[in-house]
Amino acid sequence: MTMKLHPLTLHQASEMLQKGEMTSEELCRAVLRRIEAVEPKIHSYVTVMEKDESAPDSGNAPSNDSLLAGIPLAVKDNIVTLGIRTTCASRILSNFVPPYDATVISRLKEKGAVLLGKTNLDEFAMGSSTETSAVGTTRNPWNLACIPGGSSGGSAAAVAADACIAALGSDTGGSIRQPAAHCGVVGLKPTYGRVSRFGLVAFASSLDQIGPLTKDVEDAALLLQVIAGYDPKDSTSLDVPVPDYRAALTGELSGKTVGVPKEYFVEGMQPEVEAAVREALAFLEKEGATIVEVSLPHTEYAVATYYILATAEASSNLARYDGVKYGYRAEGAEELIEMYRKTRAEGFGKEVKRRIMLGTYALSSGYYDAYYRKAQQVRTLIRQDFDRAFEKCDVLVTPTSPTTAFRIGEKVDDPLQMYLSDILTLAVNLAGIPGISIPCGFDDSGLPIGLQVLGKHFEEATILNVAYAYEQRTDWHKMRPAL
Amino acid sequence: MKISRNEVEHVADLARLELSGEEVDQFTGQLDAILSYIDKLNELDTADVEPTAHVIHVGNVIREDRVCDSIPLKETLSNAPETDEGFFKVPKII
Repeated sequence: MTMKLHPLTLHQASEMLQKGEMTSEELCRAVLRRIEAVEPKIHSYVTVMEKDESAPDSGNAPSNDSLLAGIPLAVKDNIVTLGIRTTCASRILSNFVPPYDATVISRLKEKGAVLLGKTNLDEFAMGSSTETSAVGTTRNPWNLACIPGGSSGGSAAAVAADACIAALGSDTGGSIRQPAAHCGVVGLKPTYGRVSRFGLVAFASSLDQIGPLTKDVEDAALLLQVIAGYDPKDSTSLDVPVPDYRAALTGELSGKTVGVPKEYFVEGMQPEVEAAVREALAFLEKEGATIVEVSLPHTEYAVATYYILATAEASSNLARYDGVKYGYRAEGAEELIEMYRKTRAEGFGKEVKRRIMLGTYALSSGYYDAYYRKAQQVRTLIRQDFDRAFEKCDVLVTPTSPTTAFRIGEKVDDPLQMYLSDILTLAVNLAGIPGISIPCGFDDSGLPIGLQVLGKHFEEATILNVAYAYEQRTDWHKMRPAL
Repeated sequence: MKISRNEVEHVADLARLELSGEEVDQFTGQLDAILSYIDKLNELDTADVEPTAHVIHVGNVIREDRVCDSIPLKETLSNAPETDEGFFKVPKII
């Protein structure tokens, strides 16, 4: 057989498997060979399964009607996997082997998907570049001197480099959409409560969601179909019917109103990004959508609000890493508190410590009302902005990130500049709405540009279809980096 | 200054983080810059605004009190840095 298998999309691979044109073993081998070839350059995985470990379990053959049966997938290393080390790219979890599967993993396994490995991320998903990973930075497959985005940078880079067929990531403030934009792939953050968080290592519990990173929109619909739905093990997951996402992909735009929030074309935005997004909007209009300008007046407060709420929740969630029940423990401490202090000092990296400090401060006695409560109130205003905007339109279309991928090291010493690069994604998590990033062009240096489509709560089908309509009429998603 | 060196040391103590003198200096400067930026929120009058803790309202979620399978003791302890006769072992507390 001469056809290359690793570039296949999930739906192409699935079709070939079902027709018997290849076996899952051939596909998995091809992708593992691809990983061997590109990993030295991009470093997208923390753990790659050995060939025999990742082979589909023939004793438990999945039903043939599953579109995921035999498909090799990658999973961000903050989603727990039974018997497979789950590190969160942190020293403090470097030896943690979970005794259970996250609900999304159980669902993938039930459908016969093959777990190829665990992908790199910013430590505990705290970052926008994978530079805070304790195991080293992932490189952007389009330009190895650039970051892949983050925190799901390993998943995005692996998809872009064909080092998996598709992947899962998590998104707390843009961590699926921003790396998808920077790597030229599709990334979907579902509505808060759409996908179970059981087994997702908690960063900010009121913002975190798991979602797919894929080679095209149809693949995102297929993966979401499997992971979406109520889970009694996550009391914040919602018992709302899951529609047929693939069936919603009609490519029809007429009758749809696209809102363009004027605040999302920010000062300092890279001109090529703005031009590519404006061009995409003109294209959607030509294809039958109605374009209206809308306002999200509290956008400029989103970064400040996010960095109080996310760090406050993180400081509380990360209190569990104390060197007692699992994970790293510092040596040489003679009493308990000293052991906690040394373990956490040695186990956490700089960015995680900085966020624990900020969150602990915001929640500490005397500051709670001034910071935490204030930020929760502004969160209400931001949520109401979206409610009002969606009275006038079906979806919002914006750039995903104000720039294309920046260079490794460029923002590492200036946390505030790093935080500000998330300005176009994090309000979406504060409002809990779904968002998808799809490729919509390249800048002058050949780096991908992302288009973000946002929808009302639980309207993933609508944003998937608008994204699909654009994708069907363009070729950006077919471009692959030369590696 | 929004935050002093002493406050940084106090917060590190609350968070059970041992920081070096250099880290305290660095965090004092960085947290000061971040908190000054966050002061932006005070431009907004939020006196009559309800806080949002969760975007989609969920009431109390209650389940039946049923005995289910749990992870066996051996597996539960398998990730622990130190165990002794089926217990987690820690350095002395007092």
